[in-house]
Amino acid sequence: MDPEIKREIIMEHYQNPLHRHHVDDKSYDMVNTANSSCIDNLNIYIKYDGDVIKDIAFEGEACAISISSTSIMIENLIGKTREEALNIIDNFENMINEKEYSEDVLGNAVVYSDIYKQNSRKSCAFLPYRGLREALTKKDNGKS
Amino acid sequence: MNREDFPMLEEDIIYLDNGATSLKPKCVIDKTVEYYSKYSANAHRGDYDISYKVDQEYEGTREKVAEFLNADSEEIVFTSGATDSLNMIATGFFAPLIEAGDEILITTSEHASNVLPWFRLQNEKGAIVKYIPLDSNYHVTLDNVKKMVTPNTKIIAIAEITNVIGDVRPIKEICKFAHENNIFVVVDGAQSVPHKKVDVKDLDCDFLAFSAHKMYGPTGLGILYGKKELLENLNPINLGGGMNESFDSPSEILLKDIPTRLEAGTPNIASVIAFGSAIDYLNKIGMDKINERELYLRKYLIDKLIKIPYIDIINLEADSGIVSFNVEGIFSQDVAFYLNKYKVCVRAGNHCAKILKNATKVTNSLRVSLAFYNTESEIDTLVELLSNKDKIVKEML
Ligand SMILES: Cc1ncc(COP(=O)(O)O)c(C=O)c1O
Repeated sequence: MDPEIKREIIMEHYQNPLHRHHVDDKSYDMVNTANSSCIDNLNIYIKYDGDVIKDIAFEGEACAISISSTSIMIENLIGKTREEALNIIDNFENMINEKEYSEDVLGNAVVYSDIYKQNSRKSCAFLPYRGLREALTKKDNGKS
Repeated sequence: MNREDFPMLEEDIIYLDNGATSLKPKCVIDKTVEYYSKYSANAHRGDYDISYKVDQEYEGTREKVAEFLNADSEEIVFTSGATDSLNMIATGFFAPLIEAGDEILITTSEHASNVLPWFRLQNEKGAIVKYIPLDSNYHVTLDNVKKMVTPNTKIIAIAEITNVIGDVRPIKEICKFAHENNIFVVVDGAQSVPHKKVDVKDLDCDFLAFSAHKMYGPTGLGILYGKKELLENLNPINLGGGMNESFDSPSEILLKDIPTRLEAGTPNIASVIAFGSAIDYLNKIGMDKINERELYLRKYLIDKLIKIPYIDIINLEADSGIVSFNVEGIFSQDVAFYLNKYKVCVRAGNHCAKILKNATKVTNSLRVSLAFYNTESEIDTLVELLSNKDKIVKEML
């Protein structure tokens, strides 16, 4: 992808992030994800419908990379099964660590494929995925 | 000034994070190497020549630090850092003394290391931590201290200079008032001792804590100053070698005198010895000259920053090299990443002052912390980079 297009997608999701709002609904699971090395700090809310992720929202303060990455991740994960979601998270992690990954499952998240060049930004891009993985692998998340 | 003394300044960077840690002059680096390559032995074990030399150098630094602060050398304890010193003061001296309902005054702009040890006394001893209100510039005034003091106030624990606001607190006046009311004063000197003359007798503070690495010295070393009669009553948290005179059974332990009693185990010998060179270095330049230079640089920076309409300076008034600000509408960390692309090192975040947001309503910021070796032209580069908001947005990713 052309770097200028990547930039535009990131900026668009940073300036107008999708699903950024508070959730006060008990049918959602909540997970906090924060970078200890910086000040990114997000709450992510997830609602399941059986095994399928029905909705995700987030709120909090973070840098442009974290915010945009969260928005792009949410866009991609809504409607996926738990297993599909975990697979996407693994692939994203591989991508930012310069390992083999499959591009087709990542959707717009491939805009971060060069992020490994900026070490300090890797954890920003991965922040929402880390939180979501924790939420998805929590053992009592069998709500519907 | 004195840039040629700092090997790091030959690197292609603009280092503006001196509040986190300072750069080290060559004499400090050389002294570390000298210890490891010429007389690398343990301290307090003077049975042979090089060990005797270690003892002399080690205790020599203690004397230099004492002189630097106008203290006695028995009043100087080597610790692992300001954090260690503050914990020793809170846990070793105050925990046995404090009673439920006793009040501890701090401020919301303190560094975590001067907050959490006091929170512990609240959680474990029932003491009550209260906050001295900050004025409209986020400064501490003697009047506000007086307003908060009650018959239950036992401790005032504040930084002389804080690491985000950079205000200089009126420690001498606070100590005078506190002592008239039987209150102890603990001073966090992490950001002040490296940048201005600190005379503990003149201030009359009871305890002072600071770190060598923020004052052009090595990492892993801090200083705990305490008035002699108080240090005598500071319980050693660590027990072990080097600090005991003799022991036969749990009921027969004889400890050494202060300050050695408070330095259990093999100390950070290399750092202590090298720190002696840092003190010599600072004395050679002169703390007043350093302070004057840093205040000049601050004014130089503020005068330029203030002209940029979308920059919010948090601490417009502060007599230190610390300038905290935000670029309107851009997350501080993104600005720091942008500056990093031009090899400008500034800090973004809450700077370990996590309760300061209650006062400033700002959760995070950029911080420039200057040292005497910074230059006008470095500041010009910073200001130039900040002068084009479109460029920041374009290049921050
Ligand atoms: C005001 C203040 N107090 C205490 C500390 C803690 O110092 P250290 O991490 O060296 O123990 C710092 C360091 O940032 C500081 O700025």
